[in-house]
Amino acid sequence: MNSRVEISGSLRFRTAATLILGVTLLAILLFLGIRSYAATFAQQSQDSILGASLTSIIDAATLRDGVIELDIPYASFTMLNTATDDRIFYAVYNEGTLISGYEELQLPNLAETSEAVFRTSRMFGAPVRQVTATRILIDAHHRTRITASLAQTQDNLSGTLARISRHAAMIGVGFFALAVLLSIWATSMAISPLKRLADSLTRRGPQDLSPIIKPVPTEMVPLVASLNNLMARLDKSLTQSEDFIAEAAHRVRTPIATVRSHAEMTLQRVDKEENRHALRSMIRAIDETSRAAGQLLDHAMITLRADQLEVQLVNLYDTTEEIVLRLNAVAEMKDIHLTLTGSRSACIAGDSILLQNAIRNLIDNALKYAPAESCIEVEVHQAPTRCLVVRDQGPGFLIDEMDTLSDRFTRGKNAMGTIGSGLGLTIARDVAAAHHGRLVIENNATGGACVTLFF
Amino acid sequence: MKFLLIEDNTELAKAIATRMQLDGHVVDHTATIAEALAYARTEDYDLILLDIMLPDGDGRDFLAQQRAEQRDTPVIALTARSQVSDRISLLDLGADDYVTKPFDHAELQARCRAVLRRKSGSAQTLIKLADVEFDPIAGYLSVAGKSVALRNRELRLLELFINSPGQIFSKQKLFDRLFSADVDVSENAIEVYVGRLRKHLDPSRLSITTHRGLGYRLDHE
Repeated sequence: MNSRVEISGSLRFRTAATLILGVTLLAILLFLGIRSYAATFAQQSQDSILGASLTSIIDAATLRDGVIELDIPYASFTMLNTATDDRIFYAVYNEGTLISGYEELQLPNLAETSEAVFRTSRMFGAPVRQVTATRILIDAHHRTRITASLAQTQDNLSGTLARISRHAAMIGVGFFALAVLLSIWATSMAISPLKRLADSLTRRGPQDLSPIIKPVPTEMVPLVASLNNLMARLDKSLTQSEDFIAEAAHRVRTPIATVRSHAEMTLQRVDKEENRHALRSMIRAIDETSRAAGQLLDHAMITLRADQLEVQLVNLYDTTEEIVLRLNAVAEMKDIHLTLTGSRSACIAGDSILLQNAIRNLIDNALKYAPAESCIEVEVHQAPTRCLVVRDQGPGFLIDEMDTLSDRFTRGKNAMGTIGSGLGLTIARDVAAAHHGRLVIENNATGGACVTLFF
Repeated sequence: MKFLLIEDNTELAKAIATRMQLDGHVVDHTATIAEALAYARTEDYDLILLDIMLPDGDGRDFLAQQRAEQRDTPVIALTARSQVSDRISLLDLGADDYVTKPFDHAELQARCRAVLRRKSGSAQTLIKLADVEFDPIAGYLSVAGKSVALRNRELRLLELFINSPGQIFSKQKLFDRLFSADVDVSENAIEVYVGRLRKHLDPSRLSITTHRGLGYRLDHE
């Protein structure tokens, strides 16, 4: 039984996507974090060198008799050497007057006692890091203030930053890739009990409605519990249906059997022609009733079982032989010669109860319609096509009825004198269909019906 | 033949027993397994007819008990259940055959005959009358020392005559014996079979005579 299931996304995809989204955010945060930390760190190192350099410049200034002497030490600038030949600008002011350096270098306003001030500004269009400090120079009679500023372009710094960013990005991407793999693995792990459960359910035979007893993760307990519950109910209702059918058959058939036996017994004692005729009609009606009831119940049972075939390897020949042997007693009553020929090794994977029922119905039909002292041939073939053929020498089928005879409750116009329910061929056809086969109704060239079950 | 009928539906049991007696059999009837076991231990039956649903248990228990006590009296089960699997388990348990209720008595007779024939060897059923030897179970007929092949209906007809030579059987009685109650055939069909039997018996000292308005009788020269 294949039923379509509506799909609303994948649990695995959903979990993995959530994890990967989280990981992406984390990777970006990591990248930004590393970069900003690196930038701060690089800035701090540039600042400390700039600061040291400016301190050495400003410390070199002396006031002697009111004149400022400034001899900038060579080391002040060499310490600022970088791999990328960053440019350096400086300016020294005394009370607002440029003593030395670039006048283009803008200075922030500083209070007298303030510490060195760092800022980022622009110089000739290039971004620079600038440090400004001030110092009070005092000699015996004078007191003056010099302010010095030192700026350095940031080529080296941005190079370093770019390098660090590249590394940070690589680390981020690596982290991302690793995390994606990890999340896929984790989801697989999380999903695997579900997959195992599905597999074990798929592998089950159609009759296996036993509860799932293998341990499952906590999260799956409600699912498995309801599944077990459902299967228990299904099992119960199936058993109830089968029991009901068997019980119904019993309830219907026992009283009918009593009535029939009485009618038959009465027939033995009645001599008058019209009474005997009436009794025979009555017996025929009883048989009609019981056969219809029986076939209806058989048909219900077959419909029930066809949905869940109990498949096993069935030897078609042996099964047919058993039925033929049993029906031989009935055939003998009409002096009908019932024969079975064909391939002893013909086997089919199918439900033996259904197959028996179908075969019995076909041979039953032949026995009913065949005249006394005729032959019924049953053949079982394995090759070229696996099939079971039942041929009789009865009236055969009417040409224009052949297509509809296997429909429910349909009986041939030439079958009126014989007892039947119109379900025999339906049962055979349904059983064939349940085994992916078909029922073919024909007439023999020499007369009589020929019914074939192809599997 | 002596039959044991185990059936709790008294009406049905009465009908079966009466019909069997009409055919010249002796029938003991019981409705419970306990009683049936007692009967089976004390009497020697040719055949047991066993209902499956009985008030004090399942007929299959009786079957199992019978087989456990090494009694191999043939058993035909009477079942009202329709499940094929149910029938299979009957055969597995040692029933020799089964009929599904409601059944045709002619069919029950045919099945009894088939079961007895399969189990024969135990029971000698050869009947000798004048120069005719007849075994109804084996279906064997020898007329004046020559064996004759009989069809089933001829055999059943002869059995009836040979069991009561000198008795006149009406056409209806013979018809009921040969045909199922549900067939729609003229009772004159019986003449065909009487005619065939006459032909078979022609070389012997037995003959079937017609008694106008009454029926047929087997006569001994």
